[in-house]
Amino acid sequence: MPQVDLSLVDGIIDGHLGHPSAVITILQEIQEQYRYLPREVFPRISAKVGLSEAKVYSVATFYENFSLEPKGRVIIKVCDGTACHVRRSLPILSRLQKELNLTDGKVTTEDLLFTVETVACLGACGLAPVLTVSGQAHPAMTPDKAADLIKAIRETELKTAAALASEHSALRSNDPSTNAVGN
Amino acid sequence: MLKSRAQLIDLREKCRSQAADQVRRILVCSGTGCVASGASEVYEAFKTALAEAGIACSVKFMEDEPGVGLKKSGCQGLCEKAVLVKVEPEGFQYIRVTPQDCEEIVRETIQRGRHVARLAFTDSSGNIHKTAADIPFFKKQKRLVLSRCGNIASDSIYESLAAGGYQALEKALFEMTSQEIIDQVSRSGLRGRGGGGFPTGVKWKQVGAQKPGKKYVVCNGDEGDPGAFMDCSVMEGDPHRMLEGMIIAGLACGADEGYIYVRAEYPLAVARLKMAINQAANLGLLGQNILGSDFSFQIKINRGAGAFVCGEGSALTGSIEGKRGMPRVKPPRTVEKGLFNRPTVLNNVETFANVPLIIEHGWEVYRQVGTESSPGTKSFSITGNIENTGLIEVPMGMTLREIIFDVGGGMKGGKKFKAVQIGGPSGACLTEEHFDLKLDFDSLAQAGAMIGSGGLVVADQDTCMVELARFFMGFTQRESCGKCVPCREGTKRMLMTLERIVAGDGRPSDLDNLVDLADTIKATALCGLGKTAPSPVLSTIKNFRAEYLKHIVERKCPSKTCERLKVIFVDPSLCAGCAKCSKICPASAITGKAKEPFKIDPALCVKCGACLSGCKYGAVKEGW
Repeated sequence: MPQVDLSLVDGIIDGHLGHPSAVITILQEIQEQYRYLPREVFPRISAKVGLSEAKVYSVATFYENFSLEPKGRVIIKVCDGTACHVRRSLPILSRLQKELNLTDGKVTTEDLLFTVETVACLGACGLAPVLTVSGQAHPAMTPDKAADLIKAIRETELKTAAALASEHSALRSNDPSTNAVGN
Repeated sequence: MLKSRAQLIDLREKCRSQAADQVRRILVCSGTGCVASGASEVYEAFKTALAEAGIACSVKFMEDEPGVGLKKSGCQGLCEKAVLVKVEPEGFQYIRVTPQDCEEIVRETIQRGRHVARLAFTDSSGNIHKTAADIPFFKKQKRLVLSRCGNIASDSIYESLAAGGYQALEKALFEMTSQEIIDQVSRSGLRGRGGGGFPTGVKWKQVGAQKPGKKYVVCNGDEGDPGAFMDCSVMEGDPHRMLEGMIIAGLACGADEGYIYVRAEYPLAVARLKMAINQAANLGLLGQNILGSDFSFQIKINRGAGAFVCGEGSALTGSIEGKRGMPRVKPPRTVEKGLFNRPTVLNNVETFANVPLIIEHGWEVYRQVGTESSPGTKSFSITGNIENTGLIEVPMGMTLREIIFDVGGGMKGGKKFKAVQIGGPSGACLTEEHFDLKLDFDSLAQAGAMIGSGGLVVADQDTCMVELARFFMGFTQRESCGKCVPCREGTKRMLMTLERIVAGDGRPSDLDNLVDLADTIKATALCGLGKTAPSPVLSTIKNFRAEYLKHIVERKCPSKTCERLKVIFVDPSLCAGCAKCSKICPASAITGKAKEPFKIDPALCVKCGACLSGCKYGAVKEGW
C-alpha cells in the first residue's frame, strides 16, 4: 500500500479546529481527497480530535458513504429508489456488473477504474431510472445505454492515459537531467 | 450590509423596480432532473444565441447591465419533460428543450414575440398548451410554498427580495413578539411536513417555554424516502424561503444558532444553500444584530453521510454532533434535550418553508386552503409509471383520483393502474378503492397509510406487489441502525421470508408469520423507522393477498416480474427435435427423442438460459 501523505489530513482536521463534533465532516473531506479512508488516518484523527480510535472507526463504519477500501476513479451510482425500481433499475445494475465483472460484494474493478454501487434515491425521480457517473446524472437509462456509457468512459480513459504516457516520455527524452540521474 | 428595516425596504424597492423593468426573461429550469438532462448546456446555448443576435443579456440580476434576463430557476415541476424553459412576459412554457432549439426561441419568441409551437406541451388529444397555466398538470395545483420555485433565479437573493422574500422576517422582527409568532403558527394549524404531522406551533411553544439559554433550530433536509424529492426542490429552487422560516423559528423560540442537515446525495442543494446563506449574511439578514435589531442568528450546513435513519430526530441531532446516527429512547424529547443536549426546534424543509406564508398573511388566510385538521398545501413528488412525473403542490385533502388522473395525467402508456405507494418505506400501498380518499394526515392514517414526506410512486399492472414489498423491506433492513432487536432481527426475518416467496420457495405459513412479526415490530421497535418498517408488507398483504398466494401456492408471478419464478419451456410447434438444447443443458434437464419435440423438466432446470440462445428455431421460450 502506498504511503499516505498525512499532511493533507492534518490540514483538514485543523480546518475544523479539531472539534469532535466535526468528525463526520472531517472524514468526508478526507475521503474526497483520497477517494476512501486509508487506515493510517484513524490514529491521526483520534489523536488530534481527542476521540478514541474505536469511536472514529465506529462512525466511519456506520455511514454508508464511507469506504475503507480504495474506490475506482470513476464512481457509478445506480439509483434504486422506488421510482427507479418500478421503472426497472435492477437490470441496469446487473448489466453494469456483468460488463465490468463485478458482483454485489465486489464493487470496484481490478484496475481501480470503476466502482459500481447502488444508491437509495438521487432525487431525480422524474427521469427514472437514473444513474450518476462521478456525480453527473444520466437520466432515462437502459441496460444498453449503460453499457455504451462504460465503453465511452473506458475509451476516454485510455486516450488520456496514452496522452499522459506520451507526454511523460516526451518529457523524459527532452530532459537532460533524466540521463544524468541514469535511471 | 443592511442595518435597519428602512434599508431593507429601500433595497427591496430597488429590486422590485429593476424586476419590473426586466420584462423579458428566460428561465431555464436547473433542478436536479433538468440539470441531468442537459440544462446547463441549454443555458450556455441561450447565452450564445443571444450574443449572436446582438441582444444584451443580464445574467446577474441587479449587478449586470439591463438586458434580457437569463436565469437558472428552481424546479419548474414537469420533470418528465426536461429540459423546461419558461419565457416571460408571455409565460410560454417550452418543454424538452435542447441546445439546438435555443437559437429558434431567441429568433421567434425573444425577437418577434411569437410562440414556438413544436416545443410546447401537447396533450394526448393534440391540443397545444402555450403557458404553464394552461397545462392540465399545473391547473389543479396550488403553488404557495413553491410559488417562487421555478419563477425566479434560484441563486439570487435580490430576485427573492423582489418576489417578497424576507418580508415575513421583517414583520416578525419589528412588529411581533415571540409569543405572537408562536401564536400565529399554532393557530394556523401547520403540521410537520416530514411525516408525523405533529403540530408545529406546539413544538415551538415547548421550546420557547424552556429555560432561557442556548437553544437550537435544526432543519431536517435528510429527505431519505426513496421516490421523494420535494425538499430537494425547495432547497435548490427557493433556499431563501426555508432560511427565512428557520430565522423566524429562532426568533420565536429564543435560539441563535441553526443547523441544516442535508443528504449527501443532494450536492446541488448543498451548493445552493451555501450560496444563499452567504448572500443572506452579506446583506445582514443572518449574523449579528439582524437588521440592526438585538436578534442574532447564524446557520450552518451539515452534510449527511448516507444513513436513512438520520431522518429520525434524535439520530439526526446525534449525527450533527459527530456520532453514529442512532435514535435514542424518548423522553426526554428533542424540544427539551435535542442537539448538544439543548432545547431544539426540529422541523423539515417544507415545514420551515410554510412559515413565511403564515407570518406574512396571517393564520386566517393560511387556513383557507386545505382541510380543517390539515390546513395548507402539501407538495408531492409523483413518479413511477405515470404520464406526468414531477413536483406538485396541491391543497391538503385533494383526492388520489384528482392527483393521479388530473394532475398526473393518468397512467403511462395507457396501462392499468395497480397501486400507488405513498410515504416511502414507512408508508403503504393504496389501491383503486382508495381513489376517493382525501390526502391529508388523518384520512391517510385511518387508511393505514401516512403522508410521509410526500413521495407518490405509481405502479401499473406490470409491477409485482410482492417484489415491491421485498424491495422496501430490503431497504429498511439495510438501513436499520441495529440498536433495537425488533428492528434489527425482525426486519431481517421478514426480508428472508419475502425473499423466499419471490424465489418460489414460499410456505403456506409465511403470510401468518409475516403479519405476526410485523405486529411485534410495530409494537416494540424503538424509533419511527422500525415502527413503520412493516407497513408496506402489511398493506400489500391486505390489498394483494391473492398475489401473495399465487407466488406461494402456484409459484407464479402474475405480473411477470420475479425472475426466479420464470419457467423455460420448449414450444412443441416450433421444435425440430435437433437435440442441440439437450446437449448444451448443463443440468441435463432437457430430454426427448430425435425429430420429436423435446421437453424441459422444470424440477431440474436451473434457468441458466443456455438453451434459449442455443436454439436456432426459436423454440425455447421463457414465460411465467
